Amino acid sequence: MRAELRWRPIGDSGVLVDFPSLDPEAAWRRVVALDREIVADDGVLESCPALVNLLVRFDPLVTDHESVGRLIESMEADDGTDLVASEHVLDITYDGPDLAGVAVATGLDADQVSAAHAGASYHVRMYGFAPGYAYLKGLPEVLGLPRKPTAARDVPAGSVIIANDQCIVTTLTMPTGWWVIGRSSTPILTPRSARPARFAVGDVVRFRQAS
Amino acid sequence: MTGAAIEVIRAGPMVTVQDTGRPGLLRYGIPASGPMDRLGHAAANVACGNELGAPAIEVSAGGVELRVDVALTFGFAEASVIVSGRVVAESWGVVTVAAGGVVTVRPTDGRRWGYLAVAGTLRTTVWFGSSSTHVSSGLGGGVVATGDRFEVTNAHLRADLDGPVADPRAGDGDGPVRIVLGPQEDAFVSGAVDRLVSEPFGAGGGDRMGVRLDGPPLELADALTIPSEPVVRGSVQVAGDGVPTVLLADHQTTGGYPKIATVLTPDCDVVAQRPVGAEVRFVAVDAAEAIAVARAEAAERQRFLDGLAAPDRTLAQRLFSRNLHPGGEPD
Repeated sequence: MRAELRWRPIGDSGVLVDFPSLDPEAAWRRVVALDREIVADDGVLESCPALVNLLVRFDPLVTDHESVGRLIESMEADDGTDLVASEHVLDITYDGPDLAGVAVATGLDADQVSAAHAGASYHVRMYGFAPGYAYLKGLPEVLGLPRKPTAARDVPAGSVIIANDQCIVTTLTMPTGWWVIGRSSTPILTPRSARPARFAVGDVVRFRQAS
Repeated sequence: MTGAAIEVIRAGPMVTVQDTGRPGLLRYGIPASGPMDRLGHAAANVACGNELGAPAIEVSAGGVELRVDVALTFGFAEASVIVSGRVVAESWGVVTVAAGGVVTVRPTDGRRWGYLAVAGTLRTTVWFGSSSTHVSSGLGGGVVATGDRFEVTNAHLRADLDGPVADPRAGDGDGPVRIVLGPQEDAFVSGAVDRLVSEPFGAGGGDRMGVRLDGPPLELADALTIPSEPVVRGSVQVAGDGVPTVLLADHQTTGGYPKIATVLTPDCDVVAQRPVGAEVRFVAVDAAEAIAVARAEAAERQRFLDGLAAPDRTLAQRLFSRNLHPGGEPD
């Protein structure tokens, strides 16, 4: 039987949808599947998928929480078990200031670190923190390190950073405590094209060493 | 139709270009940004004959000082305006500045954000279809800095509109702030929700991302960790120390702190404008009441802006304003 969908009101113009009885992986799949069914129409403005829940924003002059909640309950043709994912390849150069540190901490050499990172495929779990910051899950266990004890300042945009089981390609110059292993010249946000970003939540990302 | 330029003689921190924002991109980590006080921004534009969504300058406490190279008409809201050393206004209105004139703008007393729109088109950088500045990235129209120069196209001199405009909030800017509880109100100790809606809080420090509230701590029942989830403008998130923050225009799009409530859309701007130390009281409404409030406030806002845009508004608004602010009329 399909796990119960729950929605709760958020202020005057949103509902937050989740699946309280599902484990995080199954919940995320349901979120992605549901997100793909939602279209901006009849007062629905946008949806925002995250790790285990989905926000749906609406225009309160056109519709209301109840109507949007009922609309969402009527959806879900797909429960996300077999997500079809578009795949995207990002160029990467493994020359980050922390590459050697990751090698030491994991007991690998630098080439093994880059081979492990480039050999994996990553699911885009959610965007957050800053514009275009996509949380990519799927870092090989062998590279799983907690964040560094101190953050590095002014880490440039385009840095490929890792911590725990995740990887991010940064889009802004910012401080970070994640391990900076390389850089990518592939822009994530694409404001001048029809799609605002190179990939969507639910898609798969791979890295290819730039020659 | 004239081309013109505005030179920034001096700009304090957190002075930015804003239009109505870029909604619809939360899924890519991009908040809508846009003005902290949407009514003030719209009024500054409409009062000087612009479309309400035109790019305008949002000013924080440090203010901004501009020199115009040709005569220009400005609309302003929630602003203290000095033109070439002469105090023009401490409120909402329109002023025409002569060629070579210097206009100094600050938020009016008791407000955090003031607005200045130029009659015409302020040329700015556009990002994802909007001039609104997202401050932490600097993307959009941008943070206004000393030495900047803005080009103005289609400048229209509207000295006929000069004069004050009635402050639509006069008298009701200090009411309780309406919230819908949740989504994690059950994660707090018993009594926390009662404290939120019964005890006074004080507006604390903040920026375009959000404003902290000083008051009784809102303790979590357990050291709750929730997976990062979408947040909105108006989310009242509570950090581990029990201090609530109301997220505002430049908020991060996801967060892992529990949210005890969400402030209704029109009241977000009221919270944003409360000066540091001002009292903030909350009142909880249910979802259906929140919809009713949103609709009533939108209708009220539309009536006010329609009145500003009406061809005969100058006389009517001036008379109205004279009653509200005796002695406050500029010459």
